[in-house]
Amino acid sequence: MASPAPLIAPREGIAAALAKLLGDDLIEHVFLVGEDSITVRREAVAGVMIALRDNLDYQQLMEIAGVDYPERAERFEVVYHLLSVTKNHRLRVRVCTDEATPVPSIVPVWPVAGWLEREVFDMYGVLFAGNPDLRRILTDYGFQGHPQRKDFPLTGYTELRYSEEDKRVVYEPVKLAQDFRNFDFLSPWEGADYVLPGDEKAGGTGEAPGKGAPTPMTAAEVKKADDKAKASPPPTPKTTEKPEQTGAGAKTNLKAAKTSRDGAKATAAAKAKTPATKKAEKAPPKPKAPAKPRATRKPKGGDA
Amino acid sequence: MTDAPQGYSGAVKHHGSDMFEGYPVDTANTAGDQAVTNYTINFGPQHPAAHGVLRMVMELDGEIIERVDPHVGLLHRGTEKLIEYKTYLQALPYFDRLDYCSPTAMEHSYVLAIEKLLDLEVPARAQYLRTMFAELTRICNHMLNIGSHVMDVGAMTPNLWIFELREDCLNFFERASGARMHSAYFRPGGVHQDVPEKLLYDIGQWCETRLPKLFGDAMSLVIDNRIFKQRNVDIATVSKEDALAWGFSGPMIRGSGIPWDIRKSQPYDAYAQMEFDIPVGTRGDCYDRFMVRVQEVYQSQRIILQCINAMPTGPIASLDRKVVPPKRGEMKQSMESLIHHFKLYTEGFHVPAGEVYVATESPKGEFGVYLVSDGTNKPYRCKIRPTAFSHLQAMDMMSKGHMLADTTAIIGAIDVVFGECDR
Repeated sequence: MASPAPLIAPREGIAAALAKLLGDDLIEHVFLVGEDSITVRREAVAGVMIALRDNLDYQQLMEIAGVDYPERAERFEVVYHLLSVTKNHRLRVRVCTDEATPVPSIVPVWPVAGWLEREVFDMYGVLFAGNPDLRRILTDYGFQGHPQRKDFPLTGYTELRYSEEDKRVVYEPVKLAQDFRNFDFLSPWEGADYVLPGDEKAGGTGEAPGKGAPTPMTAAEVKKADDKAKASPPPTPKTTEKPEQTGAGAKTNLKAAKTSRDGAKATAAAKAKTPATKKAEKAPPKPKAPAKPRATRKPKGGDA
Repeated sequence: MTDAPQGYSGAVKHHGSDMFEGYPVDTANTAGDQAVTNYTINFGPQHPAAHGVLRMVMELDGEIIERVDPHVGLLHRGTEKLIEYKTYLQALPYFDRLDYCSPTAMEHSYVLAIEKLLDLEVPARAQYLRTMFAELTRICNHMLNIGSHVMDVGAMTPNLWIFELREDCLNFFERASGARMHSAYFRPGGVHQDVPEKLLYDIGQWCETRLPKLFGDAMSLVIDNRIFKQRNVDIATVSKEDALAWGFSGPMIRGSGIPWDIRKSQPYDAYAQMEFDIPVGTRGDCYDRFMVRVQEVYQSQRIILQCINAMPTGPIASLDRKVVPPKRGEMKQSMESLIHHFKLYTEGFHVPAGEVYVATESPKGEFGVYLVSDGTNKPYRCKIRPTAFSHLQAMDMMSKGHMLADTTAIIGAIDVVFGECDR
């Protein structure tokens, strides 16, 4: 890998070992950007963790992260990051869940999971069945809602200040002096499918749904392309040893063939007249075509 | 000793003096005879030894700690949520503000995560500069922690001395980046700007003369000190198994005798070329953790000197103009540079879709960034793995059975900073 990120050697035969060890509990195993990640069945996660700890030497649980994908049926991902200090390898274990379905707690496997699960619960509202102490952890006492969900506004709902009249801290609904601005940088003149004000009456979307900016490659594709570029150099390197190889055109070739001012003759170039060059010499100057009237531009919203 | 007055058949209270001789003593209601119930106190959130805004609800049996329930989150600022609304570059300064005692170490994980997703090559000089400043940050962080740990258990002088060294580190950061603490110096693709030769020379000089002298002097007051040892040796002993189960990292896991250092086992930037040792403890108590940090300062000094001696020349950031903005001088000459600059500072660069978990060895332990990208110019999710979170969680396990006064030593040896713990 070209980037200077922490170097973790791929573990030999990990895919087969995981498949053998986890059996039906393993839903998917991917190796992307140099990292192994597996998706497992939610109900089986506690057993999977014990198996990974005891049979594959992942001694440490470093992190539990929640991720929210509101468009999915099971919108939350709970992502466990395991570390093996003896095999020097990291593994990502992923389960999916929704707002109501609890994930089995892995506190009995690793006591460190207690707070990590509390945090995911606090931030996303994911429930962990069996966690002995599933309280909020980072947010305020008496906080409502789960702030890391994608549908929770960045500014939140309440703000607090010290009130001089009441001599205490008071909670109030958020009042913004200026609306929160979230700019969309995804090239609106190319890709976005906006309805311009007024165009909705015409029944169209306003602009032709353009092809838009090219979809960025995934990290795995970038790596593949990089490796490919490294692996196979082009078969014949491009050179410009002869005038016809320059691609500069007949005119320039002629010029190059002329004797230079210091008297050195460019004989080699003069000999190498291509048929195209000769033709260019013979041919009378072309009459200029009369200027065509420009094609009228398509009016906006022409597809409507 | 006196006998109880006639006609009294209850418990006898012995006072060790005969001042109550001949007087009837209400022995049934003296304080010592009452059944003592456990009581609960608040440690913090405004306690100088709590290293910030830690609130611990402690259940005490006399002076013995029965149970500790740390309440964290009083410094929660929603950093992870804010990052989701910022471009990759705009999100970088938030990392300085996580662990404000070791800001560049926080940036390090983040820029490495971005570079891993982009598969971006970083020039050698940038890698060496980052390694050097990461180690300088380690020294800077340990100066604060060692000093405050020592002060928490009663010694004043060493803290005053090694704060001088911390001040020197901050001056070096200022000379490199313009900011003393929140330097935002590491950028995706390299570092923000080159350092003057004089700065490298001065850091080298400092490492060879001032640092070992001042630090050595200050530590000579502490490490063999009887009181300091009484306060730290055999306090909060953590076994290897516990250290693994509780997700320890950094000096905490090394103090327990596990030689695990990400710089060594999963080298990043220029660490693969560096020669250094990993100090480990033997007993896993507060004293071992302290000594691991003291030794790490000398190892960091070694790494810095190696970096300075082997500092390559060349660009200080990737020349990929789709990620790293051009120099101002280039912008005056080239239209292309001007466009790149404009696009990078408005839209920012796009990071290919994917997910990475990149952890580096921050001065406090494993600081990880789990970055999920959806291919746009903003992170879809940026989970920060703080070091203090798992260490503080083990507070209950570590301080059970110890005295209330040991709490300060235990917290000092955890090295907790709440900007990072609460995010």
